[in-house]
Amino acid sequence: MRFLPLVWKNLMRRKARTIFTALSIVVAFVLFGILSAIRVAFGGGVDVTGADRLTVIHRVSLILPLPLSYRDRIAAVPGVQEVTFANWFGGIYQDPKNNLFEFAVDPKSYLDIYPEIVLPEAQKKAWLEDRSGAIVGPDVAKRFGWKIGDHIPIRGTIYRHANGSPGWDFTLDGIYTTNKKGFDTSAFLFQYDYIKEAQVRKDMVGWYVIKIADPQHAAQIAARVDALFANSPFETKTATEKAFAEAFAKQIGDVGSIITYIVTAVFFTILLVAGNTMAQSVRERTGELAVLKTLGFNDRLILGLVLLESCCLALIAGGIGLTLAWLFTLRGDPTHGYLGVFFIAQQDLIVGVLLALLLGAITGLLPGVRAMRLRIVDALRRV
Amino acid sequence: MRFFNWISQVAAVTMLNLRTLPQRRGAALSTVVGVAGVVMVFVAVLSIAEGFRATLSSSGSPDTAMVLRGGSDSEMVSGIPRDAARIIADAPGVLRTAAGPVASNELYVIVDVPKRSTGTSANVPQRGVTAAAFEVRKALHLVAGRLFQPGRNEVIVGRGAAAEFAGLEVGKTLVSGQNRWQVVGMFTTGGQISDSEIWCDVDVLMPIYRRTMFQSVHVKLASADGFAAFKNALTADPRLDVKVEREADYYAEQSRALTSIVTFLGVLIAGLMAVGAVFGSLLTMYSAVATRVREIATLRALGFGGLPVVASVISESLLLSLLGGVLGGAVAYFVFNGYQAATINWQTFSQVAFAFAVTPRLLGWAILATLVMGFVGGIFPAVRAARIPVASALREV
Repeated sequence: MRFLPLVWKNLMRRKARTIFTALSIVVAFVLFGILSAIRVAFGGGVDVTGADRLTVIHRVSLILPLPLSYRDRIAAVPGVQEVTFANWFGGIYQDPKNNLFEFAVDPKSYLDIYPEIVLPEAQKKAWLEDRSGAIVGPDVAKRFGWKIGDHIPIRGTIYRHANGSPGWDFTLDGIYTTNKKGFDTSAFLFQYDYIKEAQVRKDMVGWYVIKIADPQHAAQIAARVDALFANSPFETKTATEKAFAEAFAKQIGDVGSIITYIVTAVFFTILLVAGNTMAQSVRERTGELAVLKTLGFNDRLILGLVLLESCCLALIAGGIGLTLAWLFTLRGDPTHGYLGVFFIAQQDLIVGVLLALLLGAITGLLPGVRAMRLRIVDALRRV
Repeated sequence: MRFFNWISQVAAVTMLNLRTLPQRRGAALSTVVGVAGVVMVFVAVLSIAEGFRATLSSSGSPDTAMVLRGGSDSEMVSGIPRDAARIIADAPGVLRTAAGPVASNELYVIVDVPKRSTGTSANVPQRGVTAAAFEVRKALHLVAGRLFQPGRNEVIVGRGAAAEFAGLEVGKTLVSGQNRWQVVGMFTTGGQISDSEIWCDVDVLMPIYRRTMFQSVHVKLASADGFAAFKNALTADPRLDVKVEREADYYAEQSRALTSIVTFLGVLIAGLMAVGAVFGSLLTMYSAVATRVREIATLRALGFGGLPVVASVISESLLLSLLGGVLGGAVAYFVFNGYQAATINWQTFSQVAFAFAVTPRLLGWAILATLVMGFVGGIFPAVRAARIPVASALREV
């Protein structure tokens, strides 16, 4: 502890250089934080998928519907605990640019299968009883300024009333939150029964979600479900929610990965430059280090001092960078609805701190060891 | 005369600075590299957005129009009944040939095809068309095989789709659910969005997907000016509930989501890096000034003004930045321009193959940003240089 003033003096020796080095490190770690948030966003929520959930879609494509009658047949498959379904509505709230994603679901079984959705009991009761009711996540409610009880007019692009009118009126019955970080709360959920009559082809749903008793048997159960509907007009493709989310995330494909590569490259380049500057600042002080040695500082202490200096700088600057990035992501999706989730995962924050520590250690170690091995006579003669 | 005197002062001090550059090689190089990095990232990320936009906006010539159901914002959610399609084809303004009106009734669906690079399934668009489709899209031509025959389970695939997705080579069979499609040809439209699509006969596709309605009618107009009349005729027709758009406008709208995400990310990342690079160049210029304190003081003592000193430092900073900018732009151009990629287009939920495009506009912006960085990086050290007290600076060792 008593060496901290010395370390501080060393850092402030050339104030401008230290500040600029620190600022570069801050920038690097802000980038690191934002990159990890982007990765989460482009990852399509793969990390938060339930291991005990399977997704059943039409074998040809997700956009093709499956008959509602499959529900009971899937439920009868051994190993299946519960079945629910969802249907993409494709409506527009005021302007297509608003990016609202509406899904028609069976409220009760949907909430059962997704325990991640947390809805206060009173709101849940209201929703279950309200055929034209809907629930949304807090961010969406905030984005449009909706309050519980508000009427929300949505223009259907696919679904229309029997009289041809595309206007649908929903009542906001609840605002749901989640107990699992990273779970996408941007969906606007409402009762399937409300649009049931408006379907061009009656009694069809978009996809099924199955809850299974034992995740170990996911593959067998998926095969059983698909076998059940083989050679029917509506063949299915069943996979774990994780596999489904992964395949979906890969559809973003090259764009996501290229941005990730670029930012990673940038991050390490900045660190390399900053690290070089830090190491150089120690090299410049060879003479002083020799003086310290003359005064009786032993080798280990010298190494410790140099390391302490570089680690302090790296950790403080890195910490500030990560904090700034974290504050930035707290505001949520900066693109207003294009990225479903946008946050820095806890493990990424830890990795960030470790990287900062590593930066400090490496940049301190090389000149530190040199300083340690230094022969006082050589060093003093060099000046 | 005064002015020329001033210019020659600036030139003299700048030359003095530049001659000392080799002594400060390391610092100068780090500025150049820093700026080059910013420009490279900026150009590379935004070339994704530019390429995507270019692919979609080149799709659709001014004399083609698209008819969707009223209120639809993409083909995917639209529906046009057969009788409505007939009314649309007979509307005024539609180009007519010996074969009848040039109006193609189309169905747009998605099939799961594995992506070549990852092996995971991707949403590839399959479009059912009529013979008129080839008249509407004049840019389309076959590069291999032949056209599909009407009434048969045959498809032709776009060059982009064949490159990005597995099993779409001519001669292969595309299995989708219980349907088997023979790939008989490959076409290109020279980089338009159709290059990402699989085409087949709409009358074969409709029963397979159990559709009774088309989704869109693509129409070639007799002249580009005829659009308004064509649109008015359709929207005023009480038998129809349709939305009429120029194809170009429709596709421009389609590129909005992805372009705005990528542009946002690109500007954010490059902006942060630019801040870093400015720190780097400030550092370089401060040290440049510091090593020349005596020279600058000497010049001031000889009667050089403060402004030439400021101008010389800024011009050095600008020069270094510009060098970095040109370097970064060139690297980005050679590495990323024309890079083939595919991504999902959220508005239609389907894959689009496109090429990254490093456009002159992008490079222009990059150079502008470079100059701003150079200026900001130079102005503070420049002011410090000009403020050096002559007497004490000369006394220094």
